[in-house]
Amino acid sequence: MPRNVTLATFWPGFIALAVATVYLMALLGVERPAVVIALLVAAIAVVAAAAWLGLTAGVARSFTEHEDRLALCAIAGLIALAAFFHDDHFVLLLVTTVLLYSVACLGLNIQFGYAGVLNFAGASFFGIGAYTSAVLNGYTAVPHLLVLLIGGAVAALIGSLLLMPVLRTRGHYAAVVTIAFALLFKTFLEVNDVVGGPQGMQVKGMRILGWSFNDNIDIGSLSLSFYMNYFVLSALLLIAAFIVVRRLERSWIGLNLDALRLDETAASCFGLDIARWKVTAFLIGNFLIGLAGALYGMVGGFVAPNNYTFADSLILVSILLLGGIGNPWGLIAGTVIVVIVPEKLQAIQEYRFLLYALMVILVLLFRPEGLLPRPVRRYFTGWPS
Amino acid sequence: MDLGLFAQYTMNGLMLGMMYALVAVGFTLFFGVLDVIKFSHGDVLTVGAFTALASFVGLQTLGLQSPWVSLFVILVVATLAMAALGMLIARYLVMPLRSAPPLNTLLITLMLGTVLRECVRLFYPQGANPKPFPALLPRASIDFGEFNLRLDNVLMLAAGLAVILGLQFLLNRTRLGLAIRAVAQDEETARTMGINFTAIVLITFAIGSGLAAFAGVMNGLYYNEINFGIGLYLGVIGFSAAIIGGLGSIYGAILGGFLFAGLQTFATVVLPFSSAYKDVFAFAVVIAIMAWRPTGLIREKISERV
Repeated sequence: MPRNVTLATFWPGFIALAVATVYLMALLGVERPAVVIALLVAAIAVVAAAAWLGLTAGVARSFTEHEDRLALCAIAGLIALAAFFHDDHFVLLLVTTVLLYSVACLGLNIQFGYAGVLNFAGASFFGIGAYTSAVLNGYTAVPHLLVLLIGGAVAALIGSLLLMPVLRTRGHYAAVVTIAFALLFKTFLEVNDVVGGPQGMQVKGMRILGWSFNDNIDIGSLSLSFYMNYFVLSALLLIAAFIVVRRLERSWIGLNLDALRLDETAASCFGLDIARWKVTAFLIGNFLIGLAGALYGMVGGFVAPNNYTFADSLILVSILLLGGIGNPWGLIAGTVIVVIVPEKLQAIQEYRFLLYALMVILVLLFRPEGLLPRPVRRYFTGWPS
Repeated sequence: MDLGLFAQYTMNGLMLGMMYALVAVGFTLFFGVLDVIKFSHGDVLTVGAFTALASFVGLQTLGLQSPWVSLFVILVVATLAMAALGMLIARYLVMPLRSAPPLNTLLITLMLGTVLRECVRLFYPQGANPKPFPALLPRASIDFGEFNLRLDNVLMLAAGLAVILGLQFLLNRTRLGLAIRAVAQDEETARTMGINFTAIVLITFAIGSGLAAFAGVMNGLYYNEINFGIGLYLGVIGFSAAIIGGLGSIYGAILGGFLFAGLQTFATVVLPFSSAYKDVFAFAVVIAIMAWRPTGLIREKISERV
């Protein structure tokens, strides 16, 4: 294939990423509500116009053909964003939240998007991770990076209690298992005094080899917000999770998961072990969610039952659906929208559950595949899709 | 345990069971005709209870004092309003998604539930706080030692029983009931027999949602308080009850409702830990039952279509 042809399809994606980065900088930087609203309206108008002119197809094409290169560009954009807001606590916290929610949604995506295993207790598993880091940081001397892994492992372990009912049920029945678990978990946290009851508990900040993450970083005359520590760690976590999930999707495991989501009976006729793959997807998914939750607990410094309710689980699901179920790029875009918009528009903060629910209903009625639908699987790079 | 206390707990359990059964019956009805789960059912109950409260406030400002008339009016208003809401939901959200994957129906009704719940929380005056619900039934009671038999509880139980018997009569003895059962059994055959499928589905949703409103008012009268979260709670319990009993079976739903109430009461009375854990226990048992009997105690008749 001639080289210039491949590069020609690279630029639309690059331009889209660059515009998105600059736009995010602007959106995160402005304070006045009127300007925020103007920016949001402008974004909707630009995206709608681009879709109408057929420009989005080009962007989608460059993402399928040059994914690795564009992923590097996205990381560069993220670094630029962090450098721009290097001393702004609030913005860095917000961006870190987006990164960690993205990790959690990647986990949920394996369950919903690939294996078709329903999980309406996403926030509960996120909370399990957070509470694990609260307890371990508070009462033990376990190294904090290890705590993150333990958080993920505990979430997967507690999730495995649900394996039996999740495996044996399907559809609505499976949904009620996780919904019942979400309610059970929140009630349990509220009535259990060991983990602080309804008031919740403090989480000690992260400390690696004597490096405390809760101190601002001073390099010469340059002062960085202490959230920069968490930002870097979360970004690394997201990059790692993204690579793992993407590899998983492209591999034969992903193919198996797709087959079993689309038709269980047919998949088992071809010799796929349904139970084995459902268990795999459920456990990996919960591990990622718990991992993200463990770090998020340390970032926020505080855990309480009210942060991990059923409504929060629904928010995670709406991110997935808004972004486009099964598409990791889409769900990052979805997280950006769902996390940042209500924070910037304090006026709608109170109404966020309502707005998300309405948004999901509209998406389901009019664009069930989400904003960035999952592209058709390409078995070999370079093949036309 | 002494007999009086036992009777007291039994009475409380029966009251709870009646409410759960009424909600569970709704789930079973919807599942019967459309094979969908309407997760917004519980929040319809909330809206019903708040509609009743609002109409009570309205009656008060009109100067109506008689509790019986007020009770009658708020029941009728709430039931009819929720029946209409149920029909709207079925017509514009559930039926259009019939050919979509089941996940979409599930999500759309879950999200609709959130919309209803949040609307009550945000737009009802001080909807975020628990609201006192008027005690419209006579408060007389008879003491049997430790057992305090309250007249209002007896009346509510009787009313609930009457509603369930009425529903039973409607389903088994009338032409409408025959049509509903026909649609539940086989949609296409029912259509060829000249049954108006859409109308039957809408009527079924109206009946189920009306029952939810009734249960909502009952819940308000029982606790003398309502809040925007009761629907989610009662909805999940009602759904669990319908599932434990076996979806599609009215008797199963009723059985499941009383069973769930029994579990909660059992956890409160017998188990050694604090009664705050009663829901943890009850939900854990639900999950365990799902693992044991994935489609409920009275099994749903399903055949794998390939």
